[in-house]
Amino acid sequence: MDANLESNLFVFALAAFLGYEVVRRVSPQLHTPLMSLTNAISAISVVGAIAVTGVSHNPALVVVLGSIAITAAMINVVGGFLMTDRMLKMFKKRTVKPPAHSPGQHSPQPQEPNRG
Amino acid sequence: MVDCSAPIFAAGLNTALLGGHHAPMPSYVVLIYLAAAILFALSLKWLSTPRTARVGVLAGEIGMAAAIIATLFLPEVRHYQWILVAGLVGVIAAIPVALVVPMTAVPQQIAMFHAFGALAAALVGTAEYYAHGTALGTSTLIAIGFESLLGYLTFTGSIVAAGKLQEILPTAPMSYPFQNFVSIATLGASVIAGALVVLYPANALVFPIFVALCLLFGVLLIMPIGGGDMPTVIALLNSYAGLSASAMGFVINNKLLIIGGALEGSSGFILSMIMCKAMNRSFVNVLFGQVQAGKAQKADDIYGGNIKSVNAEEVAAILDGAIRVVIVPGYGLAVAQAQHATGQLFNLLQERSVDVQFGIHPVAGRMPGHMNVLLAEADIPYDNLKEMDQINPEMENIDVAIVNGANDVVNPDARDNPNSPIAGMPIINVDKAGTVIVIKRSLSPGFAGIPNPLFAARNCLMYFADGKKAMLDIIAELEKL
Repeated sequence: MDANLESNLFVFALAAFLGYEVVRRVSPQLHTPLMSLTNAISAISVVGAIAVTGVSHNPALVVVLGSIAITAAMINVVGGFLMTDRMLKMFKKRTVKPPAHSPGQHSPQPQEPNRG
Repeated sequence: MVDCSAPIFAAGLNTALLGGHHAPMPSYVVLIYLAAAILFALSLKWLSTPRTARVGVLAGEIGMAAAIIATLFLPEVRHYQWILVAGLVGVIAAIPVALVVPMTAVPQQIAMFHAFGALAAALVGTAEYYAHGTALGTSTLIAIGFESLLGYLTFTGSIVAAGKLQEILPTAPMSYPFQNFVSIATLGASVIAGALVVLYPANALVFPIFVALCLLFGVLLIMPIGGGDMPTVIALLNSYAGLSASAMGFVINNKLLIIGGALEGSSGFILSMIMCKAMNRSFVNVLFGQVQAGKAQKADDIYGGNIKSVNAEEVAAILDGAIRVVIVPGYGLAVAQAQHATGQLFNLLQERSVDVQFGIHPVAGRMPGHMNVLLAEADIPYDNLKEMDQINPEMENIDVAIVNGANDVVNPDARDNPNSPIAGMPIINVDKAGTVIVIKRSLSPGFAGIPNPLFAARNCLMYFADGKKAMLDIIAELEKL
């Protein structure tokens, strides 16, 4: 097995394991932004598209394929990050005070006036 | 600076000329890529709670920007005109779309992003093949095979999924004779064509056939799957899109790509497992299972004479006397665009000293977590959005449960009747609440195609109306009280 393939397989296995452990801890509330964010991150393939397209003495076909790949990946990068942030901006902490005298209330007072 | 980079530059050029398809990277690029990989991992770590999530996005953005800029400084990258034009087109196309797409349409938008990401990976593999062809080693050709198979099938599959979510394509499960045989035969033919590419890379005919078969398989795989299974499908395509980017990292020997793709690959895998578990189905069943309807009890036997119907005024009166209310939103709420009306009802009830929580089933929306995004958009604080496992233990202390647009996920048969087609599927136990109000247009069955004994239960009241109109009418009646 050539050395590149070997080290790449190690990197892949460990990254997949890391991804599993990190993503497992993501709150189910955020699963849609999670999918949108991981998708934006995997559009790091734009880096490969740039490297393939920019080399000299490229056949025209390669330049065309590479350029389409750059456009597609950049849509993914920019769109993915912007939309993820747009969704996350909407997740707000409780600001309305819960009713003061209702029985059966277990929620703690949300507004701590002297925090920090 | 010039002194340092000159020899590296020369080495890069040499390997390029000698036919090696990747030049050794200058160490500053390697270090920036390493930093980007760490930022990507941190990005997902910070996404774990809403409190730190936006910092996570920022970390991802910084990593991405740094990696792209570093790549532009790679010695072998010498022609910028196409890179800049193509990149700019992508940026200009993405910004308006990402900023205006309505939250209800996020699933199909994400499906389209999967399509673009997968297309990029597949095209780079194709470009690598046409740039270096026979000079590539066997392991690189195998990696190109994986990259193309996953990339092209995810490309067409995601477009079909987006079409179904947008309801341009039929959302009902489709089937035709020998459907699974045709799909699996196409996959088999794709794999054989891919193997031929590896064995005979010089043959000009095999690669285009391989690509065509992969594209076709993507369509055949997703086309038969019904709208109700889209949460699983979209998570699965998420995983495939990541794996194709990872395979691209093997092709061009770039570890940052391998890591970025692997993170998405495992994330999509986890999400599709969660979705399958939430529907008590297996991957194979979602992808190749046939819809089995009509095995359950007849609807008339269950419903006959046991349905109690209420109107907005009566619902308002019930809510007026309630202390703890749980709202269980379903797919139908998203379809009816009732999230803002639901938010208004939430605020009104809070003002009237009613404790309101939301019980959210994992498959409640059109993709994992979709319902939370819709309710967050309607300004409902995330502390009030509870998962199924958080809300179920409290259900017996709840006065009123309002089910809006959900059906199968509150069907007690899944829990109590081992012969039910959905037996074993985890549900939200609304039937254990004091009173259940089900807002629904009619008694028509949900995706599982079976009747729901909840509707005939002693403590269940049916409010037959559109999900949004019902909410607005209840609000109007409540304000009169």
